[in-house]
Amino acid sequence: MAVRIGADVGGTFTDIVIELVDGTYTSTKVLTTHEAPELAILDGISQIATDAGVDLTDVEQIIHGTTLATNALIERRGAKTALVTTNGFRDVIETRTESRFEQYDLNIVLPAPLIQRADRYTVAERLNARGEELLPFDEDGAGELIDHIGTAGYESVAVGFIHSYRNPVNELRFRELLLAELPDIACSISSEVSPQMREFERFNTVCANAYVQPLMASYLVRLRDELKERGAGCPLYMIHSGGGLMTIESAAAFPVRLVESGPAGGAIFAADLAARYGRDRVLSYDMGGTTAKISMIENFTPATAKTFEVDRTARFKKGSGMPISIPVIEMIEIGAGGGSIASVDTLGQIRIGPHSAGSDPGPASYARGGTEATVTDANLQLGRLHPDTFGAKDIDLSPAFAAEALVHSVGRHLALDARTAAIGIAEVVDENMTNAARVHAVENGKDLTGYTMIAFGGGGPLHASRLLDKLGLEELIVPPDAGVGSAIGFLRAPFAYEAVRSFYTTTQAFDVEGANTILAELTSEAMAFVREGTDADVVVERQIAMRYKGQGWEIPVTLDDGLFDDMAAELLGAKFTKAYEEFFGRGIADLTIEAVSWSVRVASIVEPPPRVELTTELKRGSDPTVSTRSMFDPVTGNDVDGCVVERTAMTAGDSFHGPGVIVESQTTTTLASHHVAVMQADGTLLVRRVAE
Amino acid sequence: MTINRELHNQVMWNRLISVVEEQALTLVRTAFSTSVREAGDLSAGVFDRDGRMVAQAVTGTPGHVNTMAAAVGHFINDIGPERIYPGDVYITNDPWKGTGHLHDITVCTPVFHRDELIGFFASTAHVVDVGGRGYGPEASEVYEEGIRIPILKWVERGVLNEDLVTMVRWNVREADQVIGDIHGLAACNETGRRRLLAMLDEFDLPNLDDLAEFIFERTHTATMTALENVPPGMYTNTMTVDGYDEEVLLAVTITVTDEGMHADFAGTSPLSAHGVNVPIGYAEAYFTYGMLVALAPELPNNFASLAPFTVSAPPGVILNAEHPNPVAVRHVIGHFVTDLTMGALAGVLPHIIPAEGAGALWNFQASARQASADDPKPPIELLMFNSGGSGARPALDGITATAFPSGVRTMSAEATEQIGPIIVWRKEIRENSGGEGKYRGGMGQILEIGPTDGYQFEFSAMFDRVANPARGRHGGGDGAPGAVYLDDGTPFPTKGKKTVPADRHLIMELPGGGGFGDPEERDAEATANDRRQGYIS
Repeated sequence: MAVRIGADVGGTFTDIVIELVDGTYTSTKVLTTHEAPELAILDGISQIATDAGVDLTDVEQIIHGTTLATNALIERRGAKTALVTTNGFRDVIETRTESRFEQYDLNIVLPAPLIQRADRYTVAERLNARGEELLPFDEDGAGELIDHIGTAGYESVAVGFIHSYRNPVNELRFRELLLAELPDIACSISSEVSPQMREFERFNTVCANAYVQPLMASYLVRLRDELKERGAGCPLYMIHSGGGLMTIESAAAFPVRLVESGPAGGAIFAADLAARYGRDRVLSYDMGGTTAKISMIENFTPATAKTFEVDRTARFKKGSGMPISIPVIEMIEIGAGGGSIASVDTLGQIRIGPHSAGSDPGPASYARGGTEATVTDANLQLGRLHPDTFGAKDIDLSPAFAAEALVHSVGRHLALDARTAAIGIAEVVDENMTNAARVHAVENGKDLTGYTMIAFGGGGPLHASRLLDKLGLEELIVPPDAGVGSAIGFLRAPFAYEAVRSFYTTTQAFDVEGANTILAELTSEAMAFVREGTDADVVVERQIAMRYKGQGWEIPVTLDDGLFDDMAAELLGAKFTKAYEEFFGRGIADLTIEAVSWSVRVASIVEPPPRVELTTELKRGSDPTVSTRSMFDPVTGNDVDGCVVERTAMTAGDSFHGPGVIVESQTTTTLASHHVAVMQADGTLLVRRVAE
Repeated sequence: MTINRELHNQVMWNRLISVVEEQALTLVRTAFSTSVREAGDLSAGVFDRDGRMVAQAVTGTPGHVNTMAAAVGHFINDIGPERIYPGDVYITNDPWKGTGHLHDITVCTPVFHRDELIGFFASTAHVVDVGGRGYGPEASEVYEEGIRIPILKWVERGVLNEDLVTMVRWNVREADQVIGDIHGLAACNETGRRRLLAMLDEFDLPNLDDLAEFIFERTHTATMTALENVPPGMYTNTMTVDGYDEEVLLAVTITVTDEGMHADFAGTSPLSAHGVNVPIGYAEAYFTYGMLVALAPELPNNFASLAPFTVSAPPGVILNAEHPNPVAVRHVIGHFVTDLTMGALAGVLPHIIPAEGAGALWNFQASARQASADDPKPPIELLMFNSGGSGARPALDGITATAFPSGVRTMSAEATEQIGPIIVWRKEIRENSGGEGKYRGGMGQILEIGPTDGYQFEFSAMFDRVANPARGRHGGGDGAPGAVYLDDGTPFPTKGKKTVPADRHLIMELPGGGGFGDPEERDAEATANDRRQGYIS
């Protein structure tokens, strides 16, 4: 094994993990330096290398994930960018879907377009849905526009023409003309960034790419050079939203692929654990300070999607953000974190979030001026957290402030004391996450029965055992180093690239040649990206998104190897029908089936982690309990004397019965009275319900 | 579990709402109907054993709010309580027992637990076709609008009623999709039923009764508190819209008492000879939606939140269609009921009620037909959803090209062109169309379309607010009226059928929303920005 470093720049902390030659790793958290994120990385890396006794020249790979691109989009701190589009389509990114994401709100405000109308320009040109010319590209008009772009001082240009996913000729021509005139300007074209049908999503994606591109390119070059200066001249790779690695050259050209890369690391972390323990159906549950993220992992592979939304402005509601059409690890994010604020609505119902107390002022119990009750305050009141065992060294939790806030925000509205209010908050936030997980499963045509939950993040293990019960799942895995899961995940990621393109054909008139051509092109595109980074063996996965004619939602169908021939339509039809039945119980005979979107994912083969058997055996006489304290037990509804144990005091085979908590520096694992945790040889906790 | 009763009920209420959301989501995923998918034209809910709605999924259609809530009572009544068995599934598309026109099929599934009937799941979806003349206002009686399925058993004790399936199959176009959608409705109810039973087991409940009482009691209290914002009294409003054959005057008197709000539509124009008439349940839905969104947007829809809102209308007015009046496109007039009834309260709720908006959607169906007999082409139906501007709000501009009160979404031009021989040449913000005001009305849009590939369009138009623009409020100006013409300048009718020739483009200028407040008071920077962005010139 080689020495490798993972660096995850988050909103509050930058997590650095170093993997040593013997396969072990150590980690550190440093505060993120927002103005120049590379500073925190450089400091963290130097520090951790020194601590581990490693010379930076011996590091063979640095893998980096960052929220910088996401933040630039959310905070609108990108370049001065122009959008150039087809005549007649200037306002696509402003009129969006022409609908309100909240049906019951008269004062709804739709997200402002990333590029305002004054910076959106059009050129006469038009292709039809088959990519054939309807109107010729207006060279003169383009030339005049380029002159204007030069004089107006734009730093970056996004180009998005109608049906360019089918035929990029006019986008390519515009870029050629633009760069001939303005060689230093940044230019992104939609047929390269996101060649998927549906102009709102594609245009928005190319705008996002163009908008953050100058910023990200200069950041990445700066980071690489400074790492080199400190001796770390090894290759630097970026983790992308699809959960794979890409070179910094690719990342600088397609920075929109870096959006949501941090959470992707968490899902890879969980997928790696799933493979290690041989659990083929896993629910990954990551809860932090402001949100909880849930994703599904089957056969050790996280579920993926082709589009997602950034910056959902209204309570994480669908439709309230910016759509980005790129391959992404699919997850739902809900406003349920430790800092989420509790309130009571006009119905007397307890509500959690979406507002968060953040780290400033933080939960009331942080005693930094917060007066609203948060999930953390409820956990403190219920004995799940405790001032003596709370991870953060510089925070002295105040039970009195928590109790006061619980009554203030919730209790007084419902005539409940602080304890009962806390129970209510805990139950509601757990129920919210449970419901979100269930709805997410339904959306993906899955039933959660038989899934294993893997919990991480600072808040995940605190709430996981309750979610386990509410979802009716049987086992929960709480890995060690859960607080830096994403950065560890980076080190497990393959070189991978998914190329996606829209191409329409049906089983009735299947375009064999077109299908073979598009798959070949997508394969070579994805392969080229992967080959920039590695010569390793690869796997190629090919999928078509298909649906019955008339439907609007597609099901992915995975293809076998080989070229299509005259039998293709029949075989594809059968494959789709099978997939449809798995999703919805029954297929429909005799309907035409449409193929809409095609994708090829090429990934380097990562050596699977050594298989580890989890033991459920309860070692008799093992009693690692160090103390007891009063805590709430949701199973019996009573306050009980719960045990408190230090995770580091548990050794392999130790078992620990609830009610109680297992504490460690970055999180706390809660057990109700019918739970038992068994410490595994590798430091993981396996939690189950005790057989009755 | 001995957790406080209050908390226990709250958790279960949340769960129940999640159950109906799963039910609705299952339906969206499988639906063939474009309007289900793109317009959220569906609903899903759970009911107690007496047919009172306990929870309903939030979808894009206010029109199903009350109609759906009333439907289950009709199912219980018509099937007969003694004929309700485990494993049954019921169906209807009766406009007066379901959701107002034949295109909406409602499916209802009883739920038994511990051998006892404890409630129902019901769901509604707008299907692709119901036979008859096809979707449009041309019928003069409901008989011409398609097959009318009375309340019948689709499934009895787990056995599919094959006779009924065959009857439906032979009476609709696109039978596979329609039958597929009916199965989809039954399947989503089944999803709900299973989830509910799992929940009852988890919480060890014998039935829904106690939980329903808790939900109704809580909701009733909150609804009545919200209604206190409107002083008791009578409030009136009238609004003239274009209508189909002739202009339609909509009139309402809202009587507010301690008990609730009642809307009476006396004074409204008489029934139309065409299918733009509105069953009163549908008018009630858009009235209730308007009141709830203005006064109590947080409240979930259930029996108790809907109960305080009632309606009446004299026989023979366009908002009180009865059998056999044609009602296929009842939404065109029905959607105006929200602006009409909210407008009645604009004086007492000046900080809440927005200016009028484009209201009716500018949806159209284009029947693409071969332009020349020498070049035969299969017929293709095209559907597009487009919205004008919404009214300015008391402290915000209106929303541009966005539907209200409907929740309809538009479809991508690229996806539309993928389906059929249409080219969308232009789909852009319509400058200068938002009503002036301290807050500007939402702008409409300009849409330019044309046939391609040797086709022409038989175009079916049903566009309103051409003669009667959205009115501004409290000194705000009116939104721009709509306009429709061919690219050579030929005026094009805004109602009824007409051909768009193969070589022409049809241009539609969609109406803008009304402005709110005195234009003189508009923030100078807001005006400067409107100019910079080209919203005004």
